[in-house]
Amino acid sequence: MVKYKEQIMKVVFFIAALVSIAAVALICIFLFANGVPAMAKIGIFNFIGGSTWAPSNEPAEYGIFPMILGSIYVTAGALVVGVPIGLLTAVYLAKFCPKHIYKVLKPAVELLAGIPSVVYGFFGLVVLVPFIRDNIGGNGTGSILTASILLGIMILPTIITVSESAIRAVPDSYYEGSLGLGATHERTVFRVILPAAKSGILAGIVLGIGRAIGETMAVILVAGNQAIIPNSVLSGVRTLTTNIVMEMGYASGLHREALIATGVVLFVLILLINALLSVVKRRSE
Amino acid sequence: MMAENVIETNKSNEIDVDKIKARNVQTFAQKFKQYKNHPTSLILYLLVWVAAIATMATVVFLIGYILVMGIPYINADIFSLKYTSDNCSLVPALVNTILMTLLSLIIAVPLGIFSAIYLVEYAKRGNKLVSVVRTAAETLQGIPSIVYGLFGMLFFVEALHWGYSLLAGSFTVAIMILPLIMRTTEEALLSVPDSYREGSFGLGAGKLRTVFKIVLPSAVPGILAGVILAIGRVVGETAALIYTAGAVADYPKDLMSSTRTLAVHMYNLSNEGLHTNQAYATAVVLLVLVLLINWLSSVVAKKITKK
Repeated sequence: MVKYKEQIMKVVFFIAALVSIAAVALICIFLFANGVPAMAKIGIFNFIGGSTWAPSNEPAEYGIFPMILGSIYVTAGALVVGVPIGLLTAVYLAKFCPKHIYKVLKPAVELLAGIPSVVYGFFGLVVLVPFIRDNIGGNGTGSILTASILLGIMILPTIITVSESAIRAVPDSYYEGSLGLGATHERTVFRVILPAAKSGILAGIVLGIGRAIGETMAVILVAGNQAIIPNSVLSGVRTLTTNIVMEMGYASGLHREALIATGVVLFVLILLINALLSVVKRRSE
Repeated sequence: MMAENVIETNKSNEIDVDKIKARNVQTFAQKFKQYKNHPTSLILYLLVWVAAIATMATVVFLIGYILVMGIPYINADIFSLKYTSDNCSLVPALVNTILMTLLSLIIAVPLGIFSAIYLVEYAKRGNKLVSVVRTAAETLQGIPSIVYGLFGMLFFVEALHWGYSLLAGSFTVAIMILPLIMRTTEEALLSVPDSYREGSFGLGAGKLRTVFKIVLPSAVPGILAGVILAIGRVVGETAALIYTAGAVADYPKDLMSSTRTLAVHMYNLSNEGLHTNQAYATAVVLLVLVLLINWLSSVVAKKITKK
């Protein structure tokens, strides 16, 4: 009887372990099966390379090039904002910070990681968008600039946490050796420790890219969402993620399939970034 | 004083070299002289400080702004039992959030714990399946929530004909939090010393009994920290739920009713732009809720490391 139970539970555990594989497989199958036919109907080059997204036109046009560009622009912008501040804060936490400040700053960074993205979006909507409109310009419904700043803030905790542990993983002997050769503390940190922690920091940045490109609810509230190729940092922009949320509610037929195909493009991008991440991680180990 | 104590309590009369920390205390004048000779160092020093202050200021401003602007609008209307488009009550959404969280935990927690048990306790060393499962879990962790939302819509809502429903939403977020629970449980199980298992086997207990009576109870705090973190993710989730659970702002009649959680409610309020005051108040409730949950998780997690 006991033997019997042992065997059954072993099978149950085994099946549970298979669920995550099944989930990945199902996600791939359902996305591709529903998205790829639309890409074929529209034509893969017209879809990815087309610069007009006009589902209600006659004939309708489904070019997602503006959205691909939009995703790339806001992600790049997020990196410009988030990486320098995040990296320097990580350096501060690991090598400059007095203990009593660490006790405050570290939990603060963790708080930032816990805020839901819709709250970030709301903050961007009521603070960032009006601020940029009044002080810099633009049409006031959001732009590449506002989305970049907000996403930059959102990827801060990822970059800080990963970079800090990478910096801390560098052996103390590197630091001592450099100081012993007469370098200042700052020179040592920036010329010896940081290069040694390079791949760990890179992993953090790639993780940040993944988060920025996949972010939806915060971006939709602050990016303006015009499906056109933006001509300045103050023009509105629509990303792959927001394209799906904006129109899925009422889309039907080919339009709907084109939105799912947008999800497929996003999914493939994320898979590529994940692959890149595991390569970087393996190198840092 | 401290150093003396350390030496005195060390009975073997040897000084533990690792415990001695060199303290290069510089006076302000020395520091100033050094920076005068190395201006680049001074710039770097200032930059690092500026970045840290910027990060801190961002956190304080972001959370402070929402709290200061939102708390005045928290009133009885927001908490009335029935939702109308006038009072924008968040109570139904709150109830839905709790139901959604419970349901997704019922699905994801046993699955996550069982698969971690398989990976740690049952799979043999060098088992190919283990690395495949790990890769799958890592892939799941990297997928953005809107892709989960699309998948949930295509699979649960349409292929299984569940419609926009509590059930479809909770299955979607359950898949989303599965890798998180799996990984934290795995780590918790790995940290249970092998001597516990050997002791249990030595007393004649079988594998299953050992896992459930010895290993799992010792791993509970680690698992709990992961589960609480997962609750935080479900409560804050929006993109995965809009097209799986829908946006009906009422109490669900059954598992198949369409519902909106607090985060989706928050999104609708800010997107419509008609009820800004209520949106502020809802933002406060959502923010405080999620931060409390995350704080609880880190408290539980710290308890383990102290042990």
